[in-house]
Amino acid sequence: MGLATSSVITLHINGEKHTLPVDHRTTLLDALRERLDLTGTKKGCDQGQCGACTVLVDGHRTVACLQLAVAAEGREITTIEGVADGDRLHPVQQAFIDLDGYQCGYCTPGQICSAIGMLAEHAAGWPSAASGDVRPAAGPTPLTPEEIRERMSGNLCRCSAYTSIVEAVARAAEADASSAAGVPEPLGEAAA
Amino acid sequence: MREFDYRRASDVSGAVALLGDDPDARYLAGGTNLVDLMKSGVERPGRLVDVRELPLDRIESAPDGGLRIGATVTNSDLAAHPDVRSRYPMLTQAVLAGASGQLRNMATVGGNLLQRTRCAYFTDTTKPCNRRAPGSGCPARSGEHHNHAILGASETCVAVHPSDMAVALAALDAVVHYETADGQGELPLDQLYLPVADTPHRETALPTGALITGVFLPPVPVAARSRYRKVRERASYAFAIGSVAAALDIRDGAVHDARLAFGAVASRPWRARTAERTLIGAPATAETYAAAAAAELAAARPLPHNGYKVTLMHNLTVAVLSELAEEAAL
Repeated sequence: MGLATSSVITLHINGEKHTLPVDHRTTLLDALRERLDLTGTKKGCDQGQCGACTVLVDGHRTVACLQLAVAAEGREITTIEGVADGDRLHPVQQAFIDLDGYQCGYCTPGQICSAIGMLAEHAAGWPSAASGDVRPAAGPTPLTPEEIRERMSGNLCRCSAYTSIVEAVARAAEADASSAAGVPEPLGEAAA
Repeated sequence: MREFDYRRASDVSGAVALLGDDPDARYLAGGTNLVDLMKSGVERPGRLVDVRELPLDRIESAPDGGLRIGATVTNSDLAAHPDVRSRYPMLTQAVLAGASGQLRNMATVGGNLLQRTRCAYFTDTTKPCNRRAPGSGCPARSGEHHNHAILGASETCVAVHPSDMAVALAALDAVVHYETADGQGELPLDQLYLPVADTPHRETALPTGALITGVFLPPVPVAARSRYRKVRERASYAFAIGSVAAALDIRDGAVHDARLAFGAVASRPWRARTAERTLIGAPATAETYAAAAAAELAAARPLPHNGYKVTLMHNLTVAVLSELAEEAAL
């Protein structure tokens, strides 16, 4: 069997197609930052532990540092550069600004992408480790501060702006509930 | 990182054929553990066979009343599935107790079962490790081992299996289905992981080149009232220092049926069958729960710095069983 250690791939990012040759060892994170100048996605630990590189893949929040770029071919990738609607900020972005959901700002793109994905998960009825009774008969879980902390625990903030982050996410959730806009379509499998 | 070939499989037999019997090739699913281990040099594959697009991403009811869970179902979809939540709540709780929202969206059921230990000596290629480099030694026994095994370990390795999901699956009598070039096979979860003995580098009983295709859950009526509780060093997003998956059915004041498994105490999820035998038929009291925990933990052989785990697991077992009994009484 022939051995190829690089491939020409096409990535779908923020509604645009990018075709580029990649060494198979290239992570999605490095492809975004080093090859495509999409430097909004940050490299923190590069080990899947800090959440700074969170992007949405097919609407789901994921970490870009543990995905190979070649394996991301064919998927719809949304980075922090793609969440606003033109000049209109995404409600989660606006809430982070309004409530100072950051200090140095390095973890913020990951926090915001994670919050967008998390709000869609909650809207789809997914329980969390903070939810207590997980049986469907128990009904949907309100998005309490405790729920937000648990669901956002994959995003570290070394400035420790957590109090404001929780408030910003709660504010964005309220805006979402009143407008039913601003987050991706509810996720399919769990909605039943 | 070593250079590698990358192939994407579209069907199971194609994936198995692409991997062949090449000891240098690995299946890639979510990548949350494998890609990390490739970065650190613990894994150095020459070829990856990407299996994430295989048609194994469904959860279906089985004719016997159980569930068939495809190997590429994500941890998130498994935890959120209505049938899992209602019939096997301990499984949803176990999955949600592990990793982060991002990682659960990537990680798959098959990959979760085959993830490697987080023992710091295993993941550091500058250190000896019998699991990673057979015969090189085990620094953990005399070194940092506060979160290592208290049950079923050996002189050669004292690492623990990191999965939460697998602990619930062990309690639920899950059966792992796989495929090789020679056809399909299955292994009860209890037999998936090999005893450590003096060959810790041989981790599972899967044949060479086997691809896990799914996990089948039998009907387990007692699991409708079940719970997974995990103790860790911070409130969220950390591996367990001890965990319990438990189900309890009480009738007329006595334990009619029970399931119990421990996590983070051994190189595999630890089905607590000695405790189950102590529980079934006995009065549903705190004394019974304590006796069951003590019976299981009588086999514990703690190291100098992890003796606390014996007490922790005892108290955790009694607490979880007592909570389930209180719920049953409501």
